[in-house]
Amino acid sequence: MNLAVLRSEFPLLGRTENGKRLCYVDSAATAQKPQVVLDAVRRYYVEDNANVYRGVYALAARATQDYEDARADVAALVHAEPEEIIFTRGTTESVNLLARSYGEVVLGPGTNVVTSPAEHHSNLLPWQQVALQRGAELRFVELDEDGQVTPEAVAAVVDQGTRVVALAHVSNVLGTVTDIARIAAVAHAAGAVLAVDGAQSVPHMPVDVKELDIDFLAFSGHKMCGPTGIGALYGRKELLRQMPPVYYGGEMIEEVTLTSATFKEAPWRFEGGTPNVAGAVGMGAAARFLLDVGLEEIHRRDIELANMAADGLRRIEGVTVYGPRGRRESGVVTFNIDGVHAHDVATALDTDGVCVRAGHHCCQPLMRRLGAASTARASFYLYNDADDVQQLLAAVAAAKEFFRRVAG
Amino acid sequence: MSLDDIYRQVVMDHYQNPRHHGHLAHPTLSVGLHNPSCGDELHLDVLVDEDGVVRDVAFEGQGCSISMAAASMFVDRVRGKKLEEARRIAESFKDLLRRRDADRSVLGDLEALEGVSKFPARVKCATLIMNAFQQAVDRMESEGGDPK
Repeated sequence: MNLAVLRSEFPLLGRTENGKRLCYVDSAATAQKPQVVLDAVRRYYVEDNANVYRGVYALAARATQDYEDARADVAALVHAEPEEIIFTRGTTESVNLLARSYGEVVLGPGTNVVTSPAEHHSNLLPWQQVALQRGAELRFVELDEDGQVTPEAVAAVVDQGTRVVALAHVSNVLGTVTDIARIAAVAHAAGAVLAVDGAQSVPHMPVDVKELDIDFLAFSGHKMCGPTGIGALYGRKELLRQMPPVYYGGEMIEEVTLTSATFKEAPWRFEGGTPNVAGAVGMGAAARFLLDVGLEEIHRRDIELANMAADGLRRIEGVTVYGPRGRRESGVVTFNIDGVHAHDVATALDTDGVCVRAGHHCCQPLMRRLGAASTARASFYLYNDADDVQQLLAAVAAAKEFFRRVAG
Repeated sequence: MSLDDIYRQVVMDHYQNPRHHGHLAHPTLSVGLHNPSCGDELHLDVLVDEDGVVRDVAFEGQGCSISMAAASMFVDRVRGKKLEEARRIAESFKDLLRRRDADRSVLGDLEALEGVSKFPARVKCATLIMNAFQQAVDRMESEGGDPK
């Protein structure tokens, strides 16, 4: 699809902010939504809305079908089987569900969970807390100079007690890409499972859970052009079968008495209560949209724009760029203007129509390591173009000049 | 909205040359505040005498120019004032940022931060110090003192 046509699919991108062309480079926070996703959600409510599984009538059967079709679409995106996809509210809930349910099965004294100091809080805290509750140890992989988690560093900390290796596929701060396939081999050799935080990878690059040999994969709908409030947890079939439910309630049961209950098979046993059907429908539409555009193509464009931006930012005197020194492998570029707080940078860029994230990016331990209390982050996606990079660079240069002048 | 509305010279001066920066040797109360959404950190020491007068005050922190400038302006403004006056200053400042009628006569340099009201996401930066101060006063009161 031609880029101009693709951009026109996203109604919000045509807007102006503060009288300027909107330059939305905060897709690592949330992505904009294409018309096909908006239409799918609307169509569901206008034509098929009813409660899923419960109704006997045709309308309810259509709602159920829509929901299960969406599960199949989301499964196809990551090359999983539909029944290996649990719908959740997003990556955070996916990891929490996994840590609580699988943690209950495998964690206890003498066992450990291996993770890294570069994780988003949502892939750290669920493991940190479940380890505390179950008397298990939480171990950290040493990052290399580029902030990367290497298979060798994982091998150095796993042992016979390791039950879970929990790592992000792509860092939301540094944009580094983890070698998941090799780390899966390391984890499996130790008898552990590999749980991947795919929030920043699934929307941006081909992710094949079978080829990468991933046991669990958490991701969000809203970062992949789908609605907010919906996400997924992929789990290998054999593993999901061993896991107890976390949310008890309607529609996740087989048989209930006043004192006992049996539960449905996975994934339904994990989806107690009326699910976010419209959200799932939107996420399914987003998955089809991404597959239509092509994940290889999306990844290629992310990388091209991020490298263009990183090179341009480095050429502005007084700007520090974080992350890999060499070529970037994802769409994330984190930077600071020396002597100017990232929030001040973000406010300055905002007045030029440029939307960037500023702060600690929910990664306080990593930020401490970088020695930066906060940074600005630009992140690119399939609808960004070279004009966005130029607008970002011009705004950063102007912000630097502005603060130099007022700080006189 | 323009950057000049928010980053006035006096704001940047307070940011670069913060007044009453550091710690007090014998504070009546110390408060540490952390803004979890942006990572800003602020430590406030207050020394209040038996008449409820802020005898001395000092702050230290890490944050954006708005949060640090506001802290510098505020502590400079309340030093030597009675607690009730200090409270009035904080309230007037919050009114200013909410674009309500504010008593500007008590604000001093803080008035230069009026432009922050055009940047809603930054209001919490400017009011971080007021929240720290309020916490300090609340604690003094709950601990049975009578700081008036």
